[in-house]
Amino acid sequence: MSALRLRSPFSAAAVASLRAGQEVLIDGVLYTARDAAHRRFVAALDAGQPLPFDIRGQTLYYVGPSPAPPGRASGAAGPTTSGRMDIYTPRLLELGLRAMIGKGGRSKELREAMVKHKAVYLAAIGGAGALLALAIKRAEVVAYPELGPEAVRRLEVEGFPALVINDTHGADWYEEGRGRWRRGGG
Amino acid sequence: MAREIPIARITEAVARLCREANLQLPPDVLEALSQAQRQEESPLGRQTLGRILENAALAAQEGIPLCQDCGTALIFLEMGQDSHIAGGDLHEAIQEGVRRGYRDGYLRPSIVRQPFTARRNTGDNTPAVVHTEVVPGEGLKLSVMTKGGGAENKGRLAMLSPGAGAQGIAGFVAQAVAEAGSDPCPPVILGLGIGGTAEKAMLLSKKALLRRVGEPHPDPEVAELERLVLSRVNDLGIGPAGFGGRITALAVHAETFPCHIASLPLAVSFQCHSARHREASL
Repeated sequence: MSALRLRSPFSAAAVASLRAGQEVLIDGVLYTARDAAHRRFVAALDAGQPLPFDIRGQTLYYVGPSPAPPGRASGAAGPTTSGRMDIYTPRLLELGLRAMIGKGGRSKELREAMVKHKAVYLAAIGGAGALLALAIKRAEVVAYPELGPEAVRRLEVEGFPALVINDTHGADWYEEGRGRWRRGGG
Repeated sequence: MAREIPIARITEAVARLCREANLQLPPDVLEALSQAQRQEESPLGRQTLGRILENAALAAQEGIPLCQDCGTALIFLEMGQDSHIAGGDLHEAIQEGVRRGYRDGYLRPSIVRQPFTARRNTGDNTPAVVHTEVVPGEGLKLSVMTKGGGAENKGRLAMLSPGAGAQGIAGFVAQAVAEAGSDPCPPVILGLGIGGTAEKAMLLSKKALLRRVGEPHPDPEVAELERLVLSRVNDLGIGPAGFGGRITALAVHAETFPCHIASLPLAVSFQCHSARHREASL
């Protein structure tokens, strides 16, 4: 299957048409957030405050880049393990978050919430930090600069490669891929 | 007379090894990845391995770390009993080396103080975790492993019943790998520590990751166990990046130690495909 070129933020129609196992190349805007930023998002919501950016329709990328060497938009920028964000994510889906990029499986509860809110989860290749850094053309800290690598950044990417893991119809590519290649009782 | 090793050489060596480890994969790891690409049957798995190899080439060429998770700096020190460290505190010299290596190399600091409360980043990736062993001779060998959190989080310890045997070991490891799924960045290298005590087994499993990838253990019984575990793990279908495929692990390295009549400790350490480590002898 050839890669589909997609612009982020994704339209509702584009997200609905994606299927688990589809390769995509993303152009456009991604917001970064990992553990510490998610804790702050939820603390802000609990305190009745808004998030530091409008999350409706946006794509979150779970990454804490390494420092940008001089003359580069970004240091290494591969995905971190997404499962740690599962407990915070339903609140963000309720606010309209439409897509997430990371690595590793999501909880059953979160997969159900993704179907309900028509959101998708994509994986980038864990450990491909240099390759993915070169797809980042601009990076700007937009919130929590004191968190260093865990600050929220607005990234502009070109041809960022990812694979659809969870689509809006409840399919899970990690399960399908494993099922296809498993031998014996496993 | 003990041979003198000036403290500044240790700081410099640690700083250099931290930088180099994060930019260049060891040749045996690259070879194992290329071999995996030739063996992988899943087209998506082959493409993923191709991207992992491309990432390694880009990191070395462009000076961008292989992975944004530049790891916990793990330092294995083999210190000759006839050597003498001159001019300062050995452990402080190592920490200073890590500090400089991470700052000057644009490597991500990933260490937080107060592990279960404030979790404030120390800002320079210190403190490193240091394991020291005294060995015969007058040399000093430094091995620096920069170990990512995703793989480290999957480590396991089982105090098995001695009756579990090789099949019990293989079953426990396969279960751990199945549960880890794509989180530890497969294809992984698995370090097994078998025997000793709980903490001895864990340390053996980590040291096993420093071995040349895929080189079997010299003891035929241990080598056979390594083959058995590798085959069980590669039947799981997880594949490169967890996208499905035959190659979930590049290698299984086991190390053993005698143990108590009541015990069979088994430690499992996961190393991601970006198996970064670098050695120097001073």
